[in-house]
Amino acid sequence: MDFISILSIFVMACFVGYYVVWSVTPALHTPLMAVTNAISSVIIVGALIAAAAGSQADGGQTAKWLGLVGVVLASVNIFGGFAVTERMLAMYKKKERK
Amino acid sequence: MGAFLNKQGRLASRLRWIPAFAGMTVFASSPALAASGEPVNPWVAAAYLVAGVLFILALRGLSSPETSRAGNRYGMVGMLIAVVTTLVTHSIASLPEIGVAILIGGSIGFITARKIAMTDMPQLVAGFHSLVGMAAVLVGIAAYLNPGAFGILDATGEILTVSRVELGLGVAIGAITFSGSVIAFLKLNGNMSGAPIMLPMRHVLNLGVLAGIIGLTAYFAIAPTVGTGAIFWTIVGLSFLIGFLLIIPIGGADMPVVVSMLNSYSGWAAAAMGFTLGNTAMIITGALVGSSGAILSYIMCKAMNRSFISVIAGGFGADTGPSDGAAKIDRPWKRGSAEDAAYMMKQAESVIIIPGYGMAVAQAQHALREMGDMLKEQGVSVKYAIHPVAGRMPGHMNVLLAEANVPYDEVFELEDINSEFAQADVAFIIGANDVVNPAAKTDKGSPIYGMPVFDVEKAKTIFFVKRSMGGVGYAGVDNEVFYMDQTMMLLSDAKKMCEEIVKAL
Repeated sequence: MDFISILSIFVMACFVGYYVVWSVTPALHTPLMAVTNAISSVIIVGALIAAAAGSQADGGQTAKWLGLVGVVLASVNIFGGFAVTERMLAMYKKKERK
Repeated sequence: MGAFLNKQGRLASRLRWIPAFAGMTVFASSPALAASGEPVNPWVAAAYLVAGVLFILALRGLSSPETSRAGNRYGMVGMLIAVVTTLVTHSIASLPEIGVAILIGGSIGFITARKIAMTDMPQLVAGFHSLVGMAAVLVGIAAYLNPGAFGILDATGEILTVSRVELGLGVAIGAITFSGSVIAFLKLNGNMSGAPIMLPMRHVLNLGVLAGIIGLTAYFAIAPTVGTGAIFWTIVGLSFLIGFLLIIPIGGADMPVVVSMLNSYSGWAAAAMGFTLGNTAMIITGALVGSSGAILSYIMCKAMNRSFISVIAGGFGADTGPSDGAAKIDRPWKRGSAEDAAYMMKQAESVIIIPGYGMAVAQAQHALREMGDMLKEQGVSVKYAIHPVAGRMPGHMNVLLAEANVPYDEVFELEDINSEFAQADVAFIIGANDVVNPAAKTDKGSPIYGMPVFDVEKAKTIFFVKRSMGGVGYAGVDNEVFYMDQTMMLLSDAKKMCEEIVKAL
């Protein structure tokens, strides 16, 4: 993809982010941080590419190992982030009406 | 007419930049087009787009507790799509290793998430941020070492200029996120003093390092060859250093802002890597997370009436202020007992509870909820009032109360409940201090002047649970509420006091 289309997506996404995040209720700001943490680990895509490429090029072998470490770190975040968000959200309960 | 001309003049001066901008875009886009020689499969691009949209829905779900869990599921599905798409569209030379890596990381993350105490959420989030930052740095270095795999080489075998800028920015932001979050983690976890550490000449030092990073990134982009790695590694090194330097002078009271800010950085780091890879899922996510963290930092700053710049400059809570310490010695105050509190609250029609970080430290949320339940059985209306900066991260108190089974519709935000104090019989302050300090409204000289606070002084009776008369909030300011006629100080550990009141009820 060329730079300007990527930039357009980025700018639009910033606006979407702005409006979506303002609509998040303050009571859920901690789960918001946990879940944004989890989804920002989509950086795992980059780590997977590095790890998958293997050693075709000069720096490939080092890059592969760096990628694998990146996969470990991002996985901690993905599983940890979604699990802890789920755990927190399960605690939010409404008043039982009698 | 004059105004019109003036407007036109301004318009013209703006238009002057357009050709320059257009030129930049052409310059930036044409090599990228030439380089991504491999045809992009539209289905792959569509899959990443779907993942990105699912992430938007994940955040959208958080607009109310009812839809939040569905939102979280959307996020998981989005992540699954992104990972699977990447795996099936790249020739994988090392699938077993990748599997093991995901398994190791996943189990560490999952077990941590299950075991962590809710009071420790700020540390956990800071720790997670540092991992995203480090992952971004590793991906950046891998892309630098093996640019062919990332499709960022031009015809002559050099890394594209635009990709060099993205790589430089990506590793820089990632490294700042990492070292900054590590410091934030150590401070929040108590491994390091929460007090600001002030280095001499730190502003000059920080600006120097920052200028170095920007200058080197620019040089890295235009250098004729990237064969010599010295520039790249210096950018990485300096960025780790500045993350560290930026966070050590920031005190404990400002931690909610810092955690939100690092949240934002971790997003921008992911976005920068998304630019390098031309990956929509990463760009959308990066933009979402980046703006989310930025908005949270803004909300936190506003709730403390502090400018973002002054938080970053650091040093808040450093001076213990002996001047006002002298004034507070001999003022009379009343001490109450658990029985007094139980009796008064039983008689009351409405009680508003204001929890603060002290409640979290004492793990008093369960005992507090029990107290609230007993009062409700007696027909007392019980409400919880939460200040935006209560606790050590945005929304921290809400999670702790939710953990203790307090229904979320009994918990209110500052602006929604503040008018009710005038009708309240009892304000029960537990572990909070600065957020109920009227000096924020009256004393122009106070460091917290202008901060929005609860109007507790309007309540008929105030109970103030506090460990001792000695300590005064993070801001280090004396609180007029201690000495008011209707105030009774309950000097004890927050949890013990709640338990005693429950017994007395």
